Amino acid sequence: MYAVRQWSVRHARGLNSFYRGFEALLVALHPLFRLIGYQHLERPVARVEKTVKGLLFDCRMCGQCILSSTGMSCPMNCPKNLRNGPCGGVRANGHCEVRPEMKCVWVEAFAGSQRIAGGIEALRNVQPAVDRRLQGRSSWLRAVRERVGEPS
Amino acid sequence: MRFEDEPVPGYPLPILPGHTSPGRLERVLRAGQFAVTTELDPPDSADPEEVYQRARVFDGYVDAINATDGSGANCHMSSLAVCSLLTRMGYAPVMQISCRDKNRIAIQGDILGGAAMGVCNILCLTGDGVQAGDHPQALPVFDLDCMSLLETARTLRDEHRFLSGRKITSAPRVLLGAAENPFTHPVEWRAQRLAKKVAAGAQFIQTQWCYDMALLRLFMRHVEELGLLDKVFILVGVGPLRSARSAEWIRTHVPGVHIPDAVVKRLAGAADPAAEGRRLCIEIIQETRTLKGVHGVHVMAFRQEHAVAEIIERSGVLDGRVPWYPGRDPQTTTSRMAS
Repeated sequence: MYAVRQWSVRHARGLNSFYRGFEALLVALHPLFRLIGYQHLERPVARVEKTVKGLLFDCRMCGQCILSSTGMSCPMNCPKNLRNGPCGGVRANGHCEVRPEMKCVWVEAFAGSQRIAGGIEALRNVQPAVDRRLQGRSSWLRAVRERVGEPS
Repeated sequence: MRFEDEPVPGYPLPILPGHTSPGRLERVLRAGQFAVTTELDPPDSADPEEVYQRARVFDGYVDAINATDGSGANCHMSSLAVCSLLTRMGYAPVMQISCRDKNRIAIQGDILGGAAMGVCNILCLTGDGVQAGDHPQALPVFDLDCMSLLETARTLRDEHRFLSGRKITSAPRVLLGAAENPFTHPVEWRAQRLAKKVAAGAQFIQTQWCYDMALLRLFMRHVEELGLLDKVFILVGVGPLRSARSAEWIRTHVPGVHIPDAVVKRLAGAADPAAEGRRLCIEIIQETRTLKGVHGVHVMAFRQEHAVAEIIERSGVLDGRVPWYPGRDPQTTTSRMAS
């Protein structure tokens, strides 16, 4: 929902801290996840992730979440799927070229990043091309397996 | 057997040390000359002669010609085809690639194909949204963004491989460019974005139309603070406005184009607005030339292409230099044909 999405950007700092803790918890649960089997967890976790992040960020389930590097403004809501900053078509009022009723997700990302410690630095990272095979899969589980150094 | 009217192909120049392409644009830029590039409006036609007619109006005044890739999301002859026609004559095109219409498989194929046809310069763009053009019902692709497109092209060139890792036998020798818009939101972050593009592989930048010198100066100051002045060649986008009415239309309808009120007022008060628009363009060109870190101008004179030669001539930025065009050096041409 658009209003909630804007709320999330305004509360980028809190959400980012929460996610840090949440990720640490998930990493701690890795042995349990492995016991159950990641392949069994994929669908239920992805469903929960979609519901929660869908509400907060209008998440598109790209499966390779970079919200912490984009000030909690989901770049997949950009009609051009830009993951590396705004295009040159941002309107004078800071709104989107393609969808004039929506604020540019990168103008939001720039605002949100300033609220997160190290957010502006994170914005400078060049994000690689999206792996379209991960569409619909859980970013959370992927992040855990990346953290523990296991192939996802 | 040799035909008398055989076209002279664009022979690649030797690649100098420190250069990445055999192209003339890189030569001009690295030699420290003030470069002039322009944009060719691709025809809605399958006739090659229409491309040549549109290129000829720039003869002797530009170092490279951008071949747009469905600009404004409107359908025209493809950028790759325009480029291959231009290189047949020896022109130096800048092949624009937009992420809107093609995925990474098609784009990488076009980079190889373009380089094989003699393209030495590639401009990596995101592209306008489909809603802006004449086919709003089309699927917007945006598989890559301009940043990952730059990285893709650089991977092909420097690592001799596709994104998949598969090796290519001969790498495209190209100068990589990108666009930047110093005149829109978030203004404070635009130079940072340029830094990102440089990190992703951009060697030259062509900016959006500049009508606001204050914003350009601010941008250039940020660029200098980030230590980018000697890492990228910046060509400032310029173009003549036809009248106050067209300026008003452009700034309300073309997203990302910023035209200050003072400019509109100046055109409205002029006896001959089109002449005033050209004069303003010349002033901006001359002023950009004085800025540290500006290496040239990119003249976008949509539907006023015939005015480019006059504008460059009167601006004096070429300092008497005559950029190459077919027929400039009759002797070289003959010897090439004989060889």
